[in-house]
Amino acid sequence: MSSKKYVISFPHIGNYYVPVYNLLSKLIDKDTTKILVPDKMSKNTIDIGSKFSPEYICVPFKYNMGNFIESLNKGANVLIQAGGGCRYGYYAEIQEQILRDMGYDFKYITLLDPEGVNIKKVYGRFKKINEKLKFKDFALHFIFAIKAINILDKFETYIRENIVFEKNKGELEKIHKNFLEELKYINSYKELYEFKNKYFNLAKNAVKNDKSDVIKIGIVGELYTSMEPFSSMFLEKELSQMGCFVKRYTTVTYLLFEKGRAQKGHLKNAKDYVCHSLGADGLESVSHTLELVNNGYDGIIHIKPFGCTPEINAMPILQKISREKNIPIIYFTFDSQTSEAGIKTRLEAFLDMMVMRKEKIKKNRREVYG
Amino acid sequence: MDKYYIGIDIGSISTKAVIIDDDKNIVVSDYIWTCGSPIEATKKVITNLDNKLKEKNIIPKIYGVGTTGSARNLVGNVVGANIIKNEITAHAIGTLSRYPDVRTILEIGGQDSKIIILNQGIVVDYAMNTLCAAGTGAFLSSQAKRLGIDIENMGDIALTSKSPSKIAARCTVFAESDLVHKAQIGHKKEDLIAGLCNSVVKNYLNNLSRGKKIEDKVVFQGGVSKNKGVVKAFENELNKKIYVDENSHLMGALGIAILSKEANKEEKEIDFDFNIKDVAFKTVGVECSGCSNNCEIIYIYKNNKVIDKIGGRCEKSNLLQNKVANI
Repeated sequence: MSSKKYVISFPHIGNYYVPVYNLLSKLIDKDTTKILVPDKMSKNTIDIGSKFSPEYICVPFKYNMGNFIESLNKGANVLIQAGGGCRYGYYAEIQEQILRDMGYDFKYITLLDPEGVNIKKVYGRFKKINEKLKFKDFALHFIFAIKAINILDKFETYIRENIVFEKNKGELEKIHKNFLEELKYINSYKELYEFKNKYFNLAKNAVKNDKSDVIKIGIVGELYTSMEPFSSMFLEKELSQMGCFVKRYTTVTYLLFEKGRAQKGHLKNAKDYVCHSLGADGLESVSHTLELVNNGYDGIIHIKPFGCTPEINAMPILQKISREKNIPIIYFTFDSQTSEAGIKTRLEAFLDMMVMRKEKIKKNRREVYG
Repeated sequence: MDKYYIGIDIGSISTKAVIIDDDKNIVVSDYIWTCGSPIEATKKVITNLDNKLKEKNIIPKIYGVGTTGSARNLVGNVVGANIIKNEITAHAIGTLSRYPDVRTILEIGGQDSKIIILNQGIVVDYAMNTLCAAGTGAFLSSQAKRLGIDIENMGDIALTSKSPSKIAARCTVFAESDLVHKAQIGHKKEDLIAGLCNSVVKNYLNNLSRGKKIEDKVVFQGGVSKNKGVVKAFENELNKKIYVDENSHLMGALGIAILSKEANKEEKEIDFDFNIKDVAFKTVGVECSGCSNNCEIIYIYKNNKVIDKIGGRCEKSNLLQNKVANI
């Protein structure tokens, strides 16, 4: 147990705990408050989370619950939850109720209101745990955090798309690890840009120049399973190890700052298939799939938690695209199960299928052009 | 001396093995129950193959060994396979070698079922049942037991039915209560059995072929394809001719044997021991505690020496080996 008055914690998603830690460390009053990064995702997280969640809720809820309970047991008493456009929007209220019913006592801060991020309201909530916090500082730190998240997203995208071309196996992973460790304690824009340049250079030097023919795969679908590797059984890592180039659109930067503006473009892009939003990221899944098809990707993986309605809306449309555009799409549904065998079998078969297709296309070309 | 290739398909219910010659013809084959012990089943199946070869006076030179099916990694390590591949690819390759113009492969096995869509000899789409074993061989055999008939006779009995009972297809729990109810109000046994076959087919089509176009030529395989009642139900439901190969239960093993031939590009002979039944294999499962992933790692021992491990996401699991070696 900590001697501080407030111990603040939040749920995991990917590596975003790093910029969140960075931001929180500036918002809190260090004399009274301590940040508790939740335990790394583990089987225990999902076991304990499932135990105290409704059986039919989508799986991100269960992971969040697991993170919260693990943190509460370690002494956390302030919890932060975001929110979103689907069931995610009411996670916060239900989780708070369940945790209170379980007998925990804590303060609860939600970041997103139904209308989006309302920075004034969020400020009000943080002020409750740090009376000295001024709005101007709060806003500046918030903007800085956004920049940090942006750089994290850019860097992770670079890693994702280049790890298959790395010179020595494991090098990028090491660089990535150091990157995350250092990002936690960056304080100024100057430091941030120097940091960014340093790591991009390191990463670029670790990558081969020859980016020869590889299988290119795009991942579309629900945001949590896209961004939290534990919940998708490290699907992206598995794909890179099998020698694939992996592209994924969904990042926090995208969700918070690009998605809103992109909506119209998506509708236009997907106009042959959809004429209105499908809820949450359903429309994006369709539009991004079309984009991947046009950019010559070999295959697409669609992922979602069990029962994710927006993505279920998108699926029949994706099936139609798959038929009409002649592109292989495979669908994965994740829940609290942790057996990887089924996923590996399907992924392996999916890759075999694409390799065979590619060889066939090459052969046909040779026959045509002699 | 001719070259031969071994393909072993170790499913959850049955283990299938074939030996093919250089022209992809099946020379000998065997089919036994796995009984929950893939290594023992493999030993037995290899011994059986060996005996069958001896009957034919063939002393084979083995140029490839492949494993597929849910225990492919374990058995692949045990027998020293030169290729280990998933069952979807293996089935497609096996069937293509017999029906080059196949467009749809329907496969129903003991615990799983799949559909594979091909175009010009290339797999373009597939699906595999996920959470539920409804509409698979396990369900049919449990219901055959309930009705007191041999699973082998089920197809023939189904064909004698003139008006199959309607049995729910969504879920085996519903199907079972439907079946019990209809039996108790006096439906004939053959009608019930034909109804069961129909419900398996409907369940399969609902679960797997969603959004997929089933086109000729359609080939049906896996253990359940031996059931003529299910074949007929597919024909009625799809309104297409269904091809069932005489070796329809061996297509996965055949496919992996062909793949092992293709994988052996240098055409070197493989050191394969038919006397595998005398070798002691042991597996030890350990939970790695290197980090919070708690990977489950299986070590495979041959005559008390570690020959391989399965599982583990990072190099930490290698460190564990020294600890385990002393067990």
